[in-house]
Amino acid sequence: MDDPAGPRPDPHVENELSIHHSSALYLAQDDSVINFDVAGLVDQFWANTVDGLSQGSIYALVALGYTLVYGVLKLINFAHSEVFIYGAYATWFTFYGLGFRPGPTPELAVFELIGFLLLALLAAVLVSGATAVVLERVAYRPLRNRGAPRLVFLITAIGASFVLQQLIFIWRGGNPEQAIRLLRPEPVFEVFGVAITNITIIIVLASILLFFIADTFVNRTRFGRGIRAVAQDPDTATLMGVNKERVIMLTFLIGGLLAGAAALFYMMKIPQGASYQGGFLLGLKAFTAAVLGGIGNLRGALLGGLLLGLMENYGQSLFGGEWRDVVAFVLLIVILMFRPTGILGESLGKARV
Amino acid sequence: MSRARFGRVVLLAAAASLVLGACAARTGDDGGGDEPDSQPQASAPAQAANAADPAGDGNATCDAGAKLAYAGTINGANAALGQNILNGVKVAVERHNSNNPNCQVELAEFETEGTPDRAPGIVTQIVNTQDIIGVVGLPFSGESKAAGNIFNDKGLVQLTPSATNPALSENGWKTFFRGLGNDNTQGPAAAQFITGELGAENVCVIRDDSEYGIGLANSITEELGDKATCQEQIKTKQTDFSAVVNSLRGSSPDAIFFSGYYQEAAPFAQQLFDAGVEAQFVGPDGVKDDEFVKGAGDAAEGVYFTCPCVPADQFTEFNEGYKKQSGGREPGTYSPEGYDLATILLKGIDSGVTDRAGMLDFVNNYEGQGLTKSFKWDDKGELAESTVWTYEVQDGKIVRNTEIKPS
Repeated sequence: MDDPAGPRPDPHVENELSIHHSSALYLAQDDSVINFDVAGLVDQFWANTVDGLSQGSIYALVALGYTLVYGVLKLINFAHSEVFIYGAYATWFTFYGLGFRPGPTPELAVFELIGFLLLALLAAVLVSGATAVVLERVAYRPLRNRGAPRLVFLITAIGASFVLQQLIFIWRGGNPEQAIRLLRPEPVFEVFGVAITNITIIIVLASILLFFIADTFVNRTRFGRGIRAVAQDPDTATLMGVNKERVIMLTFLIGGLLAGAAALFYMMKIPQGASYQGGFLLGLKAFTAAVLGGIGNLRGALLGGLLLGLMENYGQSLFGGEWRDVVAFVLLIVILMFRPTGILGESLGKARV
Repeated sequence: MSRARFGRVVLLAAAASLVLGACAARTGDDGGGDEPDSQPQASAPAQAANAADPAGDGNATCDAGAKLAYAGTINGANAALGQNILNGVKVAVERHNSNNPNCQVELAEFETEGTPDRAPGIVTQIVNTQDIIGVVGLPFSGESKAAGNIFNDKGLVQLTPSATNPALSENGWKTFFRGLGNDNTQGPAAAQFITGELGAENVCVIRDDSEYGIGLANSITEELGDKATCQEQIKTKQTDFSAVVNSLRGSSPDAIFFSGYYQEAAPFAQQLFDAGVEAQFVGPDGVKDDEFVKGAGDAAEGVYFTCPCVPADQFTEFNEGYKKQSGGREPGTYSPEGYDLATILLKGIDSGVTDRAGMLDFVNNYEGQGLTKSFKWDDKGELAESTVWTYEVQDGKIVRNTEIKPS
């Protein structure tokens, strides 16, 4: 286990930490179910912040898909987590098709690497986008045409999620795809003693960039105006000449494209991520993020995603790893108690889709 | 050719050349598979001359319709571990049937997906199939705990080739038999290996939330005593371990023992490696699989495993049968154990057992040598004799290391 490039802990900090840790262990051995490792939280604060932001960016990108569809259709598209995981599989198969095999990370020239990653991005985005559009066509449009009640949509969404999941299961089995990765995380610079890796930089910057593109698209373009119009009042929008069906398809497409991009980032961060159930929990967290920030609200999705990523990591340091998911969902409940429509609210002027 | 179409052609050509270039560039990576023998490696046990052979004398006769079953994960969670066993069982049944034309035993396969919530339903289905008189299975401890009483209620013998949680034999189930040592053997042996052979003074024990992970972690932590300087917990199906990794980087232990399954161990090991945590990674039997080696990428090299499973290297005949059965793959963790247990059930059928009560009686009184060890169960269904081996990843392959002898 020798990685010359990996960041090394500062020996000074290290000593301090082992003392904190033995105290945490002492608590744990005291048969307490939960321990408050405040020292650990403080010590690992910046490391957790950085990791939380990169995880949160992925949540945010997936959350955008939930929020867009909810904004337009008032539908919680639970199958969106599978739209995401299809992108992850597309990434894996792109890598595989390019001749990479599971095992040690290959050394690639920079332009090669960028080319391959862009190709994977393209594949993931196309597959996820196509999945979302097909899902809308096959599962939701027939229901809309028959004027089904809203609950039927919800159940259909859950059913569609299972169908998409099981399709992968039948095809690829229960084992996750063996990890293939092209880019090893290397520290680029340090902030507050925490090494920021190239992968973190790519994920956070690209996610924020994609968010701004999506935001601009919805708020500044003609198509975006259509989306907002249908979101505010579908009937009036139709009377004004907006093609509602096209807008809905477009909304699913954008959500799918963003999920595809998120899938590539996720696979760069966690190469073992392509598993048939791999989207479930992540999708649930992303949905939580969307509700946290205010569902139907693009900026809310970004804020909610980042916040959730951070809180999850802080919470784990404070309470221990087994509380990870508890922290995420308790946070949701607490925020909804005080702000039932999420932090930024369901409608926020122009940002509302 | 219109301009747009020309553009598309150029784009396609560019993509194609990229793809082809990549294929050409990366086909030569697979070299370096030489047998490493620089390490002091204990030799694998030879096949005992009197090891039970499912072929028998070839004259066995039995009623048509005698059925055995495998129950466990086949395509579900941590599927590779289940498939290793299933293929081992198949080798035994195949060998038995091809040598005994007058006794054809059928093997039914049941998929539990390895989860405690799914197993009871499947097991109910098994016990209600009257033809089935013996079961190899429930590889995992969680599902065994959830479904063991169903076997017991219907008096159907259940031989587990890999569920190692110690508490399983404490339930008073008459039908539960464990074909290997439990984690009260593996835990202390692992502790002895980590502190002795690896010379670690500070050991961090990571546990997942499975029955198996928790039991094993308790067992090793107790044995490690003061040397277990930190503990962390992770969750089944977790993929991002940054908070735990950050905390481990802070406490910088000499060794990390991961008490859980390979599905979580692979990304965890990789994230530790990427974060520059240099502690020696040690995993138990639930991690010891090629899926871990492939999944963990760069991090897999040099990882140690402890396992109450016996290396199959010298079981030549079994290995050949296994490769034929599994399409060329080598036997994995618990393949020989699955073979041994299936052989015992087959011996039962050959001896004239035709119902569940007879099989239970047969197994209770069974005493005999197998490939992996000698089998004789006490009244709780535990073996008197058990061994723990260590394995290591070398050049991307899991190779045996040494046997841990209790000190």
